[in-house]
Amino acid sequence: MQENIKSALIAAVLTAIMMLPIFGMHLEQEGLNLGLSYHWKWIVIACSAVFCAQLARPYVMKAFSGSSLLSLPALNPNQQRVAFGVLLVAALALAAFGSRADISIGQLAMIYIILALGLNIVVGFAGLLNLGYAGFYAIGGYTFALLNRDLGFGFWQSLPFAAGLAALFGLVLGFPVLRLRGDYLAIVTLGFGEIIRILARNLTDLTGGPDGISSIPKPTVFGYEMARRASEEGAQTFHQMMGWAYNTSHMEVYLYLIGIVFAIGAIAISVRLSRMPMGRALEAMREDEIACRSLGINPTGLKLAAFTLGAMFAGIAGSLFAARQGLVNPESFSFVESVFILVAVVVGGMGSLLGVIVGAILIVCLLSMGSDLAEYRMLYFGLILVVMMIWRPQGLLPVGRRHVEVAPGEVSS
Amino acid sequence: MSPKDVLHVSGLRMEFGGLVAVDGISFAVGPEEIFAIIGPNGAGKTTVFNCVSGFYKPTSGHVVFAGEAITGRSSHEVARRGIVRTFQNIRLFKNMTVLENLLVGQHQQVDNNFLSGLLALPRYRRMEREALAKALFWLDRVGLREFANRQAGTLAYGHQRRLEIARCMITDPRLLLLDEPAAGLNPQEKIDLQRMIDRLRRENHIAVLLIEHDMRLVMDVSDRILVMEYGRPIATDTPERIQKDERVIKAYLGED
Repeated sequence: MQENIKSALIAAVLTAIMMLPIFGMHLEQEGLNLGLSYHWKWIVIACSAVFCAQLARPYVMKAFSGSSLLSLPALNPNQQRVAFGVLLVAALALAAFGSRADISIGQLAMIYIILALGLNIVVGFAGLLNLGYAGFYAIGGYTFALLNRDLGFGFWQSLPFAAGLAALFGLVLGFPVLRLRGDYLAIVTLGFGEIIRILARNLTDLTGGPDGISSIPKPTVFGYEMARRASEEGAQTFHQMMGWAYNTSHMEVYLYLIGIVFAIGAIAISVRLSRMPMGRALEAMREDEIACRSLGINPTGLKLAAFTLGAMFAGIAGSLFAARQGLVNPESFSFVESVFILVAVVVGGMGSLLGVIVGAILIVCLLSMGSDLAEYRMLYFGLILVVMMIWRPQGLLPVGRRHVEVAPGEVSS
Repeated sequence: MSPKDVLHVSGLRMEFGGLVAVDGISFAVGPEEIFAIIGPNGAGKTTVFNCVSGFYKPTSGHVVFAGEAITGRSSHEVARRGIVRTFQNIRLFKNMTVLENLLVGQHQQVDNNFLSGLLALPRYRRMEREALAKALFWLDRVGLREFANRQAGTLAYGHQRRLEIARCMITDPRLLLLDEPAAGLNPQEKIDLQRMIDRLRRENHIAVLLIEHDMRLVMDVSDRILVMEYGRPIATDTPERIQKDERVIKAYLGED
């Protein structure tokens, strides 16, 4: 008990020290003078909250240990298949019955699913911590924007370039840095993400600086524009061809459906990857790199492939994002974006496809909650991570990976 | 040096900082020969292994494998040329199944192309089937077929040793390096191991380089033995003559 009180006191004092300069003192302007005003009330409330929480923590932990609430079992392959089906039906139902705002959130969810699946290849499959993933996302978005502005490329024309360029950057960055391990790799990738953002901000002639590039067109439907009027004289638009009345929400649904198709593609690639020789070798490499090398497997090559593939996913997601917003600017691809994607992967469960998808949806839901909550984003994201690491470090939905097996009849011969 | 030698090591020297771990080691391993390296603990046997298999880059000296200089090549390149090894402390992929361990071992042989795997092209599917069949074949040979679907880490210690050897053999090597394969095995398992090494040599036409402390096994199975002490060679000879060598006896039993 005494031990408890002591640690609770220490935690409370630390809280006070941390909060005092940030929340406790406010600069206030009185006429020409700047004055300091002190806000003790919140500090006292926070300190007592931390004190009580710390005091109660051992009992709470004891009460929760072994609880079934937070320890869902790993899903077996059949259950996973059902879960994928349910998710797909839900996604399509949203397209059919959702409001325009819902569908807009759905588009973002699909973009995040693609991003999270891409990062999952790097973090979950290859075990490389990448903190600059938003850099590749930015490359995808800016590639589409620039190709459109300067060369007049549409979404479908620039998509392969966006994916390819992001992959190329992944390859070029990965080549020198994948010799690094753990923390060092995380720092280099973090730096890369920031470099891309700052370049986008300062190469004003090319990227439009902080304002970014706007009036990016929406994707066409097999060459037919989805707009009220065709941009070229005499061309038919989609609604004219179909004989529908023009409705702007058609575009939203269309973008959302494209998102779903790409997300399914990302899932399919991830599933195949985990069963291919490359996926097997990646798993083996996570377990024992030295043993891999002794069998003739080149770990650097494998890591490079995973890194490049992950970057390619981000490039595609970036293009989709640019098409959805109609605008790219550096602030869309800041460091917190990398963090959000990483949180989606970690919360869902590294390496677990279903987990990562659920994680991405969860993150988008949290991000889309009312704007009054937006201020506290970092607070509750931090809280989620802390709680996850304490109770469920393997993620919400860890994998029951499908092993290669021989039929029982073949086991004894 | 005869041109038929599988492995030829000359003047091998390995320093770590100021410490000379291995110096002046030269030997040759002929085709289908079982060559053992013995010596007291810390004599530098495993360091020689690491130099041969590319895990260390020797300070000086030459390693020639099948007529090609491989000194200083990285370990995966050495492995691809046909030198594979086991480890003193077993290095299986413990969370993967026994079968999957053997599939990873065939990584250089199966269809690695990303697209053909993604699209499951016929060539890819055929090679995967062949890999599975080959894995089962080797499980039969080392007597582990009944454990095919088990996690490798849950196998008994002796079985893990055998699986590690099978994982090496499945890469179709020309030279097998075994680092203390009998450590931790019971007498019956040691006899089985000895038979297995001999069979692998005869039926798969491989040469074996062996580090082992169990003298009975070494004397029974080896064609020639290199004795090391303090990083330097004392003698290289047949088992019969090594057993009578004054210097070797002195190194093992100490002087009067």
